[in-house]
Amino acid sequence: MSSSALEHKRRAAAAEAAAPASAKRTIRIGPRPFAPRRHRFTLAKPVPGGILIGPSLLLLAWGIGAWVGWIDPRVLPAPWTVARTFWGLARSGTLETDFAVSAIRAGEGLGLGVMVGVVVALISGLSRVGEYMLDGIVQIKRAVPTLALIPLLVMWLGIGEPMKVTIIAISVYIPIYMQLHFALRGIDARYIELASVLRLSYFQFLRAIVLPAALAGFLLGLRLAVASAWIALVVVEQFNAFSGIGYMINLAGTYGQTDVIIAGLVVYAILGLTAEFLVRLLAKALLPWQRNFSG
Amino acid sequence: MKPVVCVRGLERSYAGRKVLAGIDLDIAPGEFVALLGRSGSGKSTILRALADIDAEVEGSGMVVVPERLAVVFQDARLLPWARVLDNVVLGLDGGDEKARGRTALAEVQLAGRERAWPGELSGGEQQRVALARALVRRPQLLLADEPFGALDALTRLKMHALLRQLCVAHQPAVLLVTHDVDEAIALADRVLVLEDGAIVADIATRGTVPAKLRRQLLDLLGATAELAGTG
Repeated sequence: MSSSALEHKRRAAAAEAAAPASAKRTIRIGPRPFAPRRHRFTLAKPVPGGILIGPSLLLLAWGIGAWVGWIDPRVLPAPWTVARTFWGLARSGTLETDFAVSAIRAGEGLGLGVMVGVVVALISGLSRVGEYMLDGIVQIKRAVPTLALIPLLVMWLGIGEPMKVTIIAISVYIPIYMQLHFALRGIDARYIELASVLRLSYFQFLRAIVLPAALAGFLLGLRLAVASAWIALVVVEQFNAFSGIGYMINLAGTYGQTDVIIAGLVVYAILGLTAEFLVRLLAKALLPWQRNFSG
Repeated sequence: MKPVVCVRGLERSYAGRKVLAGIDLDIAPGEFVALLGRSGSGKSTILRALADIDAEVEGSGMVVVPERLAVVFQDARLLPWARVLDNVVLGLDGGDEKARGRTALAEVQLAGRERAWPGELSGGEQQRVALARALVRRPQLLLADEPFGALDALTRLKMHALLRQLCVAHQPAVLLVTHDVDEAIALADRVLVLEDGAIVADIATRGTVPAKLRRQLLDLLGATAELAGTG
């Protein structure tokens, strides 16, 4: 008898001993004798906080590398050095100021861009005339990378806040426009029939069908817009800024303070993740009928 | 009695192919008419013409339908982002629409589910919400396009009983499009058989023997010949 067969016998005996005498049932042990092994196509069950495992391992590797001395601190300082620097910057208040400046910049640009994107998408999405007036312009603009507009906008608006906020807003309105316009035009024809047989007014049709149907598209646009806002923020903060996280990172680069650079990047990550989290929260609140919203 | 639906010389074609070839049809107030036909016979095309949702289809003919008209589609066609009661009263006004919606939901045995999302209901329950949405409009004509086609057999039988009961209570004229012979016999006062865009039979069900009628309708649909042919 092979050892695995012995093992099966042992487990069968244990199972029998564990089961109460009254509840007798057949217990299948080991692989099925004839049936080929069937593949399970579902993923393993999710674990709360499981998403954090990867980043934690990376942090651990970084820490061990720094501790053992594999990583040159001039290239990448140890995590605790970065944490100490972060703490120092936070206590002295400079981090707070720069953080606030960056967050307000991104927030203003995002707000302005979302507003413009929504208005333009509604006008061009809900009427043919609006489409012919606006869609072509937006498509041409889309072909020109926003960052290529910086020299022109510096000439027009100077190097101050208005230029920076405008660049962020221009980066933001494109994904909002694209997603919302697409969603408005993609309303299921079956709902248009329904609106017709229910004799809805145009206003009722918009309120009850078009806008709720387009909401998911808008929220997807918003997530993309947040990502665009971040890219634009980083770029404009490298550009003649005298405050903000980008400025802090630039200055640290000049003095070779790798730990300050990393601390700045950590702040960017925190800002980005917070914004993403808020958009997800908003989606959950606005799409209560979608139990599995993951878009 | 003056018919509530009057159709004369209704023709429709898709891409040059004639789907309806001159349909004449009268439906009396409160009459339940079933429209039987194989797939592609043009039965949904008639219903869509009566519901006036075929503007993009080529055709001619005269269609007179009542002002108060309601449609039940094969899919329940509920708005997933609106709660059940809001779906039922969609487009209604007058101030008492919520109360009327609640009554309609109670009539289809869904009292208490007013605040549910459509996605939380079973297929049969969703179709009952669609029925409530139609009935709350007090239709003089109810158009139903294979409304029970997507339901399992047992649920379908329950829905037949419910629909019969609701028709007795509300007395709308009904045009039910179906490919199910038994459904037509169970529900209708009159059965029309459609083939290649023309009405080939118009049979009142009253006083007929159901088994005989069933045989006759299956013959008309060509089902028995096909079954015999294939052995």
